[in-house]
Amino acid sequence: MKLSNMLLASIALAFAAGAGGAQDMTDDMTLVSWGGAYQASQQKAYVEPYLADNPEVSAVWDESSPEAVAKLRAMNEAGNITWDLVDVVASDAIRLCDEGLAMEVDHDEILAPAPDGTPASEDFGDLIVSDCFIPQIVYSTTFGYRSDVEEWGGNEPQDVCAVFDLDTFPGQRALEKRPINNLEWALLCDGVAKEDLYDVLETEEGQQRAFAKLDTIKDQTIWWSAAAEPIQALADGEVVIASTYNGRLFSAIAEQDQPIKMLWDAQVFDLDGWIIPEGLPEDRLARVKDFLNFATDTQRLADQAAYISYGPARASSAPMVGKHADLGIEMAPHMPTNPENAKNTILYNYEWWADYRDDLDAKFQSWLAQG
Amino acid sequence: MADVTDATTARRAPTPDDAARLADSDQSGPMLAADGRPLKQSLQRALRREKLRALMLIAPLLLFVLVTFIAPIADMLFRSVENQIVGNTLPRTVEALADWNDDAEELPPEPVFRALFFDLFLAAEAKAHTRLGSRLNYETTGISSLFRSSGRRMDDVAEPFQDVLEQADPQFGDGAFWYRLMTGEGDADTSLLNDQRERLAALTREGMGGDIGFAPSAEIAALLPRAAREYSAFALFTARIDNDVVAEEDPWESVYVALALDLQDGGAERVQSYAGPGADALQAAAANADQLPVVDFREAFIEVDDGWGDRTNWETMKTYSPPFTSGYFLNSVDLQLTADGVEAREENQRIYVMLFQRTMFMSLVITFSCILLGYPVAWLLANLPMRTANLLMILVLLPFWTSLLVRTSAWKVLLQQQGVINDTLVWLGIVSDGGRLALINNQLGTIIAMTHILLPFMILPLYSVMKTIPPTYLRAAKSLGATNWTAFWRVYFPNSVPGIGAGSILVFILSIGYYITPELVGGTTGVFISNRIAYHISSSLNWGLAAALGTILLAAVLALYWVYDRMVGIDNVKLGG
Repeated sequence: MKLSNMLLASIALAFAAGAGGAQDMTDDMTLVSWGGAYQASQQKAYVEPYLADNPEVSAVWDESSPEAVAKLRAMNEAGNITWDLVDVVASDAIRLCDEGLAMEVDHDEILAPAPDGTPASEDFGDLIVSDCFIPQIVYSTTFGYRSDVEEWGGNEPQDVCAVFDLDTFPGQRALEKRPINNLEWALLCDGVAKEDLYDVLETEEGQQRAFAKLDTIKDQTIWWSAAAEPIQALADGEVVIASTYNGRLFSAIAEQDQPIKMLWDAQVFDLDGWIIPEGLPEDRLARVKDFLNFATDTQRLADQAAYISYGPARASSAPMVGKHADLGIEMAPHMPTNPENAKNTILYNYEWWADYRDDLDAKFQSWLAQG
Repeated sequence: MADVTDATTARRAPTPDDAARLADSDQSGPMLAADGRPLKQSLQRALRREKLRALMLIAPLLLFVLVTFIAPIADMLFRSVENQIVGNTLPRTVEALADWNDDAEELPPEPVFRALFFDLFLAAEAKAHTRLGSRLNYETTGISSLFRSSGRRMDDVAEPFQDVLEQADPQFGDGAFWYRLMTGEGDADTSLLNDQRERLAALTREGMGGDIGFAPSAEIAALLPRAAREYSAFALFTARIDNDVVAEEDPWESVYVALALDLQDGGAERVQSYAGPGADALQAAAANADQLPVVDFREAFIEVDDGWGDRTNWETMKTYSPPFTSGYFLNSVDLQLTADGVEAREENQRIYVMLFQRTMFMSLVITFSCILLGYPVAWLLANLPMRTANLLMILVLLPFWTSLLVRTSAWKVLLQQQGVINDTLVWLGIVSDGGRLALINNQLGTIIAMTHILLPFMILPLYSVMKTIPPTYLRAAKSLGATNWTAFWRVYFPNSVPGIGAGSILVFILSIGYYITPELVGGTTGVFISNRIAYHISSSLNWGLAAALGTILLAAVLALYWVYDRMVGIDNVKLGG
């Protein structure tokens, strides 16, 4: 009797402990990111330290960020959300928020304040472009060019309009196979002032003007859809100038010693960050919030910059950016947000593109297909 | 094969079926089985049992295929016509818009804007308005931000009403008071509550059933129909979505607007004789009814966002208000559904018809190049000694086992202008350095890469068919005086046609659905319709259009299959021996 009573009691205790634990936080997290160097930087800068502090937790990566929007919608319709935290670009975060697939958050409530006590919403500032979006990094889409092109006769591109100047800078170009950014650059080099870009692009004539400008380089352009393509094409000498993400260019230049240089002029700032899927159960949500609070604090975002050349989204992290973890070079000069690089920048206009994307994409594809 | 239908011939062993027919044909009265039943019945019963058992045996597989394959495809294809989102999100607006004559050069009348206020308020609470915005933005640019910005500002439209009501009687600021007022006394109006249940279930896609601890009183619903309706919606939402207690929550601003509109609309007189809970507050509000603002909702909406003053947006909403639409199918053949009927898309937006044609044409080209390249290889495999053939077989299969992306990227390295092939040609002096060939990022690149990738699907069925053609046939033909060519063309080739048929179907069907390889090596002129489908599934989230494009593609394949069956005959297709 005594033994069985003890057994019963201990089972009851175990259950109570188990139930108590489950009500607090789960110990499993599924994080969704982009794979490659970027995911590695996240892993080193805050996932590994977090797991070291919380040995009972295990984190699994899913490299599905490129299809995150479609997959989240499918999960939502099936009523089974298997992801806990999803890394997406800002425009996707806005779409997910619009579709009710991402959770709206109170940034000051769930994120840590800056070391000097500035609330998170002020520290991130304008970069919180959607109520669902928790920014991590600022990256930019900009140009890289080969530094050894003989036909250029010693000239090097100084501004973005070199892309459209086939006389001075002959050779093939690589541009992304989508209207975003390309239309802005085309108008900019067709003499439109930066502040008027979207007013002009709203009109039929403005769109024609942008496409006409792109027409001048169309037969010398290779259109890429995966970000690895332009780097490969630059490295092989297939193209002489290419648009891509600044972090990819950094790794080709600094880590792989390719004869490529950066052209920072008219770089387009974009954001990448986390969203929490809508409809997580309480215990998983609690774990996600705990992790998020840690992973997006000032120190952690500054740490991430030691692995990849993307600017931390917090204002308070910028002064703490140090050296590259392996190469030992100062990272600050390679950040898109570095004042030297950010003399002439464009900020991706999310609201505008949310409206015009469907329309302009149809026009862009039709324009491309006209051979 | 024809004998299957002819049961009376003796060319086949008898089956229970035959016996049943025999029993049937017996005119002299029922033949009886051992247990005294008519033989026919007893046989049929045995037969049925047999069939049932067979069905049970395949049932797991059948169910599996139905659940995991047929049902999802059907569901996906159904999206190509489904358009319930407009009616589910803005039901009253859709109803009010039905009376609007969109031929006239005017904006919809005031009742439409009033209905829109209540619909949009609720949709914004449920965060469903932005979904509708992105849906309608596929049709008309700008609606996405129109809904996003307006949803947030519905409170502003409501504010003046709330202030006046709370001044008339401070009790209106108290959630518990509202609960008492709306619950009232006497019978509850369950039909009103059930209507709202249905409407919220459609809007939020969540269950709204069960007791929520509130039901509007029939008396109040008659006195103040709008307020009772909006409060019921609020109560359902609070209880089911927010999981809060209705009586403890302050009602939404829309409830104040509803009450104010009711009072202005004759409610002020009706409440004078009311004696239920909250009568004093209602009568105080009625006494102050003249102080309630008279809001022109049309003006208010245009002030929130001038997109509401644009007729195009309203025409789009009306055109896409029915629960089913042909719009997606029209879009996928470069037409569009407008208020004036079906119109051709603008020239600079047409793309799909061309892409369908290109997909069909290039898939045919790829299929033919696979036949051309695969046939000799398969012949070699089938006719060489086993040891050599096995080695060659491994060479065929090795790329088959290699990742698709690796093979595609390898073609990039080979075919690009600074690639291996061009470098070799320049080195050999066949082309000049300035005149390097464009072998990739165009149709040629797609054809080369896809032919290589799909080649095993042609070689393997060809090989397995050729393996069964006895070499003696060729020898016999030759001994009868045929030349090598005649022997091949008149004897060997006809025997290998089933293999070509099977290989062609495989390669053709696989290639029209390909999108990764064309995306990477196709440039602008070598992409397929599948690339657009992938874009709409994963990027633009326009699943309706993707489903319509997919349905058309599926129909085209089935049609081609039917033509193929009529021309070649599907019996002539063999995947092996």
